[in-house]
Amino acid sequence: MSDTSKALANGNIIRMEGIRKVYDTGKIQVEALRGIDLEVDTGEFVAVIGPSGSGKSTLMNLIGCLDTPTDGHYELSGQSVAKMKKDELATVRNRRVGFVFQNFNLLPQISSFENVEMPLLFGGVSRRKRHQRVEELMERVGLGDRMDHKPTELSGGQMQRVAVARALAMDPDIVLADEPTGNLDSSSGGDIMELFAELWEQGRTMVVITHDAALARRANRQVEIHDGLITTDTRS
Amino acid sequence: MTDMLTPKKRRPGLGMVFQLFWRASRVQRKRAILTVASIAWGTLSLVLLMAFGEGLGIALGEGWVGMGVNIAVIWPGETTKPWNGLPAGRAIRPRIDDMRLLRERVPDLMGVSGEIQRWRTNFTYGEKTVNGPIKGVSTVWGLMRNQIPLAGGRFLNPLDDAQRRRVVFLGYALAEELFGEEEGVGETILIDNVPYTVIGVMIDKMQMGAYSGMDEDHAVIPIRTCYAQFGEDKVSTIIIKPLEPENMKQTLAEVAKVLGAKYGFDPTDERVLGTWDTVESGRIRDNFMFGIKLFLGIIGALTLTVGGIGVANIMYAVVKERTREIGVKMALGAKANWITGPLVLEGLTYTLLGGVFGLLMAMVVIVLIALAPTDGSAAMRYLGKPTLSVPIALSTAGILGIIGMLAGYFPARRAASIDPAETLRYE
Repeated sequence: MSDTSKALANGNIIRMEGIRKVYDTGKIQVEALRGIDLEVDTGEFVAVIGPSGSGKSTLMNLIGCLDTPTDGHYELSGQSVAKMKKDELATVRNRRVGFVFQNFNLLPQISSFENVEMPLLFGGVSRRKRHQRVEELMERVGLGDRMDHKPTELSGGQMQRVAVARALAMDPDIVLADEPTGNLDSSSGGDIMELFAELWEQGRTMVVITHDAALARRANRQVEIHDGLITTDTRS
Repeated sequence: MTDMLTPKKRRPGLGMVFQLFWRASRVQRKRAILTVASIAWGTLSLVLLMAFGEGLGIALGEGWVGMGVNIAVIWPGETTKPWNGLPAGRAIRPRIDDMRLLRERVPDLMGVSGEIQRWRTNFTYGEKTVNGPIKGVSTVWGLMRNQIPLAGGRFLNPLDDAQRRRVVFLGYALAEELFGEEEGVGETILIDNVPYTVIGVMIDKMQMGAYSGMDEDHAVIPIRTCYAQFGEDKVSTIIIKPLEPENMKQTLAEVAKVLGAKYGFDPTDERVLGTWDTVESGRIRDNFMFGIKLFLGIIGALTLTVGGIGVANIMYAVVKERTREIGVKMALGAKANWITGPLVLEGLTYTLLGGVFGLLMAMVVIVLIALAPTDGSAAMRYLGKPTLSVPIALSTAGILGIIGMLAGYFPARRAASIDPAETLRYE
């Protein structure tokens, strides 16, 4: 049984209960999240919306296991990750989460091929399988002919598509995107939205943090955060 | 699909580190070259300083051997303590025959020889007369004092002494003065107008330390011949060599006891027999050389450390510059070791690469110095032989390794503490 289907058996991919995150800056304590309960099922497309400073990014870091909560319980694909050590979290990020960032975060000195290959390298995938997989993904995002280009030789929309290919590399349980269209013009942004919609239709679980109302409308569920708490949670 | 992505059986470890390092090192070539150059320079300094120290040590050792190994030189003097009713201040003057007494009474003696020294003696060959010191000694003296004859000649033998032959062994400088380019062996010279046959000429040798002029300038004749010609049988110095160098102190005490019994002085009266114990002074010389080598090594290591700080500095810059890259890699699932490993490897590689270049440069310099003529200059003789040795190579490699590790480790530790969430958020 694959990891994904195990999560299916449990019902949820993401299960958060009473999540609190307090940033201690020495003099003052900032409570960024004040008790989040969130469950995301397999195959959902969730848009997290809210004004800046509401705690969206903190939530994204916690969902993506880039950070651990101060309090509360978090299960990702049935695996409790709240108390994990750094290296265990790294493995979870590698296997279960695919990140797409607003500023792409591609490594500029290496080719798009090598960028997409990187998670596979960290996952210990053999060289032959890595190459096969990268080619497949680059074709999938429509950049099969741009594999040897460095990110600086690509347009913004193309860079974001490389980033999506990279996010999909290890076949993660969820794709986690932070303002994926924020740095793109409307046409490229539209392409990315299209791509996201396709991925969702193919059964992939998507969590997108966005200001972009158009992108949020594409999702089947909108979660709104205000001041560290979920205020509305609607399914369309 | 998930199945295809299952990792290989072996967990990624060192192979991963090498792969990531290889990918990272493609950038920053110019910086890498400068770093390598600074380490090469430091290694060059370290190796050259240590090689000069080693060469000096070897030259000193050779010079030391020149006078003789593990011998003691004894000068008879005056008593300073009253003894058995005799007053202090009496001169003690052992004679030639006392050497036999010492040979019989003192145990574990490799050799003992009296030495009768005359300072101003005329040596005449044909029209030419040269003035110099002469020593009357016995056969074993040649062994103890390292008098090696040039091919075609020999040192004195027991028969020469027993038969009071008029034969002479010359230092090479004296021989050169008398004979010039000619071969001296077999020629007859006059010593204070008495004819002698030259039986041998000493080889050119390095000699450090002397108590009666340098060996290259002297002439040596059998001690009994010396007595017969000059009428002096009181020895000016006694040379002894124990079988085991560790027994030098006991042997010297025995010599004092035997001579004390015969001439009536307190064997514990240290002023009667002035002594130069080369075993003891050799130990001091070794300590001294060790100190010099250590000093040179520390200076070299400090120079190299400056290079190491350069590496660390560059590695810190690399970490700072790659902060986002490191954050991205962490987000993609790189473990801490996969971040720090390549950085440590990078620091280590710069250091070791620089070390190899520095070592090669040092070897070239050492070979060039060895090719330069010494021209008989004493300074060049002692300083002109920088020598590489296994301990130098090992300590250089060790110091380089430690510096390389440290220069990579601290920046890498900073890299590992990067918070990926922090670096990924902002442009």
